Amino acid sequence: MSDAEPILSLEHISLSFRGVKAITDISFRVARGEICSLIGPNGAGKSSLFNVVSGVYVPDVGSITYDGTVHQRMDPSWAARHGIARTFQNIALFKRMTVLENILTGRTLHTRSSFLEHALRLGRAASDAREQRKKAEKIIDILHIGDHRDEPVGKLPYGLQKRVEFGRALVSEPKLLLLDEPLAGMNYEEKLEMSRYVVDVNRDLGTTVVLIEHDMGVVLDLAHHVVVLDYGSKIADGPPAEVRHDRGVIDAYLGQVHDEEAAA
Amino acid sequence: MQFFIEVLVGGLLAGIMYSLVAIGFVLIYKASGVFNFAQGSMVLFSALTYVGVLELGVPAWEALTIALGVMVILAFIIERTVLRPLVNRSPLTLFLATLGVSFVLEGVAQIVWGAQVHGLDLGISDEPIDLSGVFISKFDVFAASVAAGLVLVLGVLFNRTRLGTALRAVADDPLAALSVGISLPKIWVVVWSVAGFVGLVAGLLWGARLGVQFSLSLIVLKALPVLIIGGFSSIPGTLVGGLIVGASEKLAEVYIGSLVNGGIEVWFSYVVALAFLLVRPNGLFGEPNVERV
Repeated sequence: MSDAEPILSLEHISLSFRGVKAITDISFRVARGEICSLIGPNGAGKSSLFNVVSGVYVPDVGSITYDGTVHQRMDPSWAARHGIARTFQNIALFKRMTVLENILTGRTLHTRSSFLEHALRLGRAASDAREQRKKAEKIIDILHIGDHRDEPVGKLPYGLQKRVEFGRALVSEPKLLLLDEPLAGMNYEEKLEMSRYVVDVNRDLGTTVVLIEHDMGVVLDLAHHVVVLDYGSKIADGPPAEVRHDRGVIDAYLGQVHDEEAAA
Repeated sequence: MQFFIEVLVGGLLAGIMYSLVAIGFVLIYKASGVFNFAQGSMVLFSALTYVGVLELGVPAWEALTIALGVMVILAFIIERTVLRPLVNRSPLTLFLATLGVSFVLEGVAQIVWGAQVHGLDLGISDEPIDLSGVFISKFDVFAASVAAGLVLVLGVLFNRTRLGTALRAVADDPLAALSVGISLPKIWVVVWSVAGFVGLVAGLLWGARLGVQFSLSLIVLKALPVLIIGGFSSIPGTLVGGLIVGASEKLAEVYIGSLVNGGIEVWFSYVVALAFLLVRPNGLFGEPNVERV
């Protein structure tokens, strides 16, 4: 991991909702090709930070540098066009569409034929459709969701839905993959399987991954780099081995009472 | 028998006129998952714009282009001032917003074009054609062909293309659609423009029938049973729903109405719709709700 040219760098990001501070002056860097994990108790601002990076929220202060371009605010469609793909904490799939259709929507920005060609089945439409289908099927194979290909995703169990959402993000061939609690609600085996997919994608495709996760065991195994948030501020940032012994992190997780500190 | 056929055909043709209004609802329902209360006002507004421009002495084709242009501008305004600020809100919030849009449209239409009834002559005669003893209105046949053509074109556009998938995606989860790179503003403007165009067509045909006047916005009441029967999310469904509504209400009026002193045509379609709600709550072609419990 070199500090030379990070793929993503956040500088002094602050975000508030009608005066309630969600994120206070957070800065960190994500190196190209690493798995970076954001951890922290509930309400620490992890998902808000994702929303800032993907352009859903506009930060009050600070800047986001992605792949060499500086943004005061990220535009969601710019982000999608430039290779930022994400999953959501409360699964955001198109429930009435099938698994295959959901994955295919991930190819939206790679489709070259126009609506008219598509409607009339002319020109590039046929070869284009075949190409997109091939990419989608490949992802379906990798993630072992072929058996459910034609089922509406709304009917699948939670763990599988998480996997489909991961697939939809993956099929767009992102440079930066933001995974919001990809292992939440899974049993031990599902977690193992899912984290293996994440590692494979990172290693084989070189995709940079930023993930939010609560399971410390998984995080310490998976991540090259851990950023710890608490009450909207960054309290630690470094390799997993270092972070696990950090005093502030232990306090945040084991429930050091903040009021006591204030009183002392 | 001949009389039966004449009533049936008359009903079917009238029914297609209802489909024409219903299509506008389906388009917007597909793209935003919301029942657009303003569709009736859009029908009225577009027809009034056309007639108003026509009465200024502008030739018919140019008036049509202008009216269409106004509907596209309207789509941009609605996207900017209503849909964008309310992204990711509940369908009820959006529904109430469209209620607001309908008040604004009707108000603006009255300020600009006044409240009197305008006659509209599309140059198509309403004289009946004699098909071996069965009389059919020429105008009805024309209207029916226009509606059928629209259903066909829109059906291909929205079911066979990426646009269709994008629409369903946007309706299902706008935020997720955004994250895979579907441009919400573009989709919304396209859909509301097309809904405006469909509204214009419906407004012209109904306006030629009834005169362009404020009660025109009430034809949405006829579209409701069509939507319930055909399904809110299916364009071909509106055609089938319209045919069922048109045929059943005319036949009921003639054959059942005569037993109870008539007047059942206005509400009979609601009874049919109610029956469908009990048996097939998503309509004939609607997408069932997918929910894992």
